[in-house]
Amino acid sequence: MDHVTTSQLEPRDAAQGIQSIAADWSADQEVFRHTHWGKAMMWIFLLSDTFIFSCFLTAYMTMRASASLPWPNTAEVFALSIGGQPIPLILIAIMTFVLISSSGTMALAVNYGYRGDRRKTAALMFATALFGATFVGMQAFEWTKLIVEEGVRPWANPMGAPQFGASFFMITGFHGLHVTCGVIMLLIVATLVLRGHYDRTGDYSAVEIAGLYWHFVDLVWVFIFAFFYLW
Amino acid sequence: MATTIADDLRPMHHPKTWVGKYVWSQDHKVIAIQYGVTAIAIGLVALVLSVLMRLQLGFPGLFPWIQPENYLQYVSMHGMIMVVYLLTALLLGGFGNYMIPLMIGARDMVFPFVNMLSYWIYLLSVLVLVSGFFVPGGPTGAGWTLYPPQAISEGTPGNQWGIVTMLGSLAIFIIAFTMGGLNYVTTVLQARTRGMTLMRMPLTVWGIFIASIMGLLAFPALFVAAIMMLLDHLLGSSFFMPAMMTMGQESNTQGGSPLLFQHLFWFFGHPEVYIVALPAFGIVSDLISVHARKNIFGYRMMVWAIVIIGGLSFLVWAHHMYVSGMNPYFGFFFATSTLIIAIPTAIKVYNWLLTLWRGDIHLRVPMLFAIAFLFTFIHGGLTGLFLGNVSVDVPLSDTFFVVGHFHMVMGVSPILVIFGAIYHWYPKITGRMWNETLGQVHFWVTFLGVYAVYLPMHYLGILGVPRRYYALGETSFIPESAHLANEAISVAAIIVFAAQFLFFYNMIWNLLRGPKADPNPWGAASLEWQTPQTPPGHGNWGPHLPTVYRWAYDYSVPHASRDFIPQNEPPSAEAPSEEAAL
Repeated sequence: MDHVTTSQLEPRDAAQGIQSIAADWSADQEVFRHTHWGKAMMWIFLLSDTFIFSCFLTAYMTMRASASLPWPNTAEVFALSIGGQPIPLILIAIMTFVLISSSGTMALAVNYGYRGDRRKTAALMFATALFGATFVGMQAFEWTKLIVEEGVRPWANPMGAPQFGASFFMITGFHGLHVTCGVIMLLIVATLVLRGHYDRTGDYSAVEIAGLYWHFVDLVWVFIFAFFYLW
Repeated sequence: MATTIADDLRPMHHPKTWVGKYVWSQDHKVIAIQYGVTAIAIGLVALVLSVLMRLQLGFPGLFPWIQPENYLQYVSMHGMIMVVYLLTALLLGGFGNYMIPLMIGARDMVFPFVNMLSYWIYLLSVLVLVSGFFVPGGPTGAGWTLYPPQAISEGTPGNQWGIVTMLGSLAIFIIAFTMGGLNYVTTVLQARTRGMTLMRMPLTVWGIFIASIMGLLAFPALFVAAIMMLLDHLLGSSFFMPAMMTMGQESNTQGGSPLLFQHLFWFFGHPEVYIVALPAFGIVSDLISVHARKNIFGYRMMVWAIVIIGGLSFLVWAHHMYVSGMNPYFGFFFATSTLIIAIPTAIKVYNWLLTLWRGDIHLRVPMLFAIAFLFTFIHGGLTGLFLGNVSVDVPLSDTFFVVGHFHMVMGVSPILVIFGAIYHWYPKITGRMWNETLGQVHFWVTFLGVYAVYLPMHYLGILGVPRRYYALGETSFIPESAHLANEAISVAAIIVFAAQFLFFYNMIWNLLRGPKADPNPWGAASLEWQTPQTPPGHGNWGPHLPTVYRWAYDYSVPHASRDFIPQNEPPSAEAPSEEAAL
């Protein structure tokens, strides 16, 4: 199936695909053949984590829909003054660009990992961690600006519904915590890569597992970005 | 892909010291016992609380040290401990940990270190919970559902500190459960032995497996609700808090939605019922099959019923909220989805009965508990049909009918299965045998006792006696007979409480002094009874992993030399494997 692209898929191939899924699930020992246990576990964890973020975002949407005071205008609140001109969403656009770029370097790191290129893998992972740390740093700047300059607090803000500040700090904070954990994990795995740990075990799966988590955190950000800043 | 699946003991954790073996152990069996003992210990606290509640309800005014706020605290702590810290932890952390690797032929869980962390974090959550009894103001008295705004408002017991320890403890528990649950699911999916297909697993593993998946998807809602309420309480945000007057003053909160909490809570809360029930369903299927010497009736249907119940249970949560003020049209949808669950559940009940039908039933203690489960579960299930309908539920809401219903269906039923399961697997876990007579006495007092406790509650509920009331006082609509019934319930509850000490005595005394048990005293076919050592040694299987040739239910096979064929017995002319037989 490796060389078949989606455009070439015929009904017979699809039937074969379904058959091989059925064969995997009815086989003994492993459902996901030759899959690292850690990778399987990370996927299941991410499914669970998806439910956490879904609950947060659903709760946020409910609150926003039912708040008794008007919701602040996000284009104004999240604007940054550059040269005396307020530019809406400029900071968040940069933050999003940084985080999405980090997914690119991570994907390259996984590729080089499976080729066994120790130095390039480690370098790309450190770059990813640096992007992640930059993101958290800019988030800290954004929080500071909101708290100090705009007067936004979890219990109230001058622009409108108190739920705005509460849900903003809670959800971006929880996501920032995820990014921070991810940076720490990347630094640990990258150090192990650099020391040649995975060359000795002959298994670079840890890089991919860290990558799965990292891509997930990025994906969640896309939703937070859309629901918080663009709505 | 990891190496423990091969016949290779090298990568396994080998403890050398006593502390490494029994305290910071990474062996799934030791972790299971740690989970079990901790859960039963905290369960005893909840049991004592229930007796205190019954003392107050049966004999109001006789115990002046039980004040209204104490009563509410007993109610809240009893409920939360029983549902989360006893039942969930014991069935998944205890039985899940012990049974999954043994029943699927693995040496351990896939990530033993994470498994160990899971227990210690669980213990931390229990300690934080217990600390609630010692903080100023005592534990929360908001009811186990912890509805805001009252849970964190002036006037509710424990609204300052008790609620913080409760919510914090829940968040910690969820982290612990996630670590364990990931292990249970991944182990079942990826670490089965040769020949062990999913459709050859004992139903116990199926129940625990699906319940673990449900836990991983349902607990997030509770986690989010707990975090949000903590922020409301500690930072003064208004997630769940509307503008209101408390104690004659305007609150600083506004625009929050108390209903949102109820949705989040019950999105966890209803699947939680089945997180507790599905492992019990699985275990009871195995007990009935083994002790009736018959294969389980409709194995595939049983598996699919478990899966379908697991899925449907995520679509019914708002049947707990018919009187909450949500959009009445929701009631139509949620009543329908609720009643649909009766179909797979009824399939399971019929299959249990058909397994018993013309079986060679041995009425040993585990089997007695399994059959008792059928009574209480059918009973609680039928009253569930009443409460699933909006128009019947509305007058019965918040009465003792509800208390009787859910204690029957998700309190007593899983507890009876847990007793049956402990009696059933005790010989394998400890290598000793318990005393039959004590077990029989324990069973009959418990079984008849719970009926004496919960059956009259339905009657009280239909009379309109409200739940969570400290005392009934002078009311025109509650007849004198209700007070008499309350006294009788309390006496029965105290007798049932006392009978549990027979159980503890039986278990602890025979752990030290009991006769050596046969490695397979019940003649069971599933893999956990075929270990080379009893109790199973570290690594479970000696030098070679077992190979599985058949399902776990080959009992009374025609022409076989014994009345059961173990799962790891190779097919032969006299005992063909299931595929050959089909």
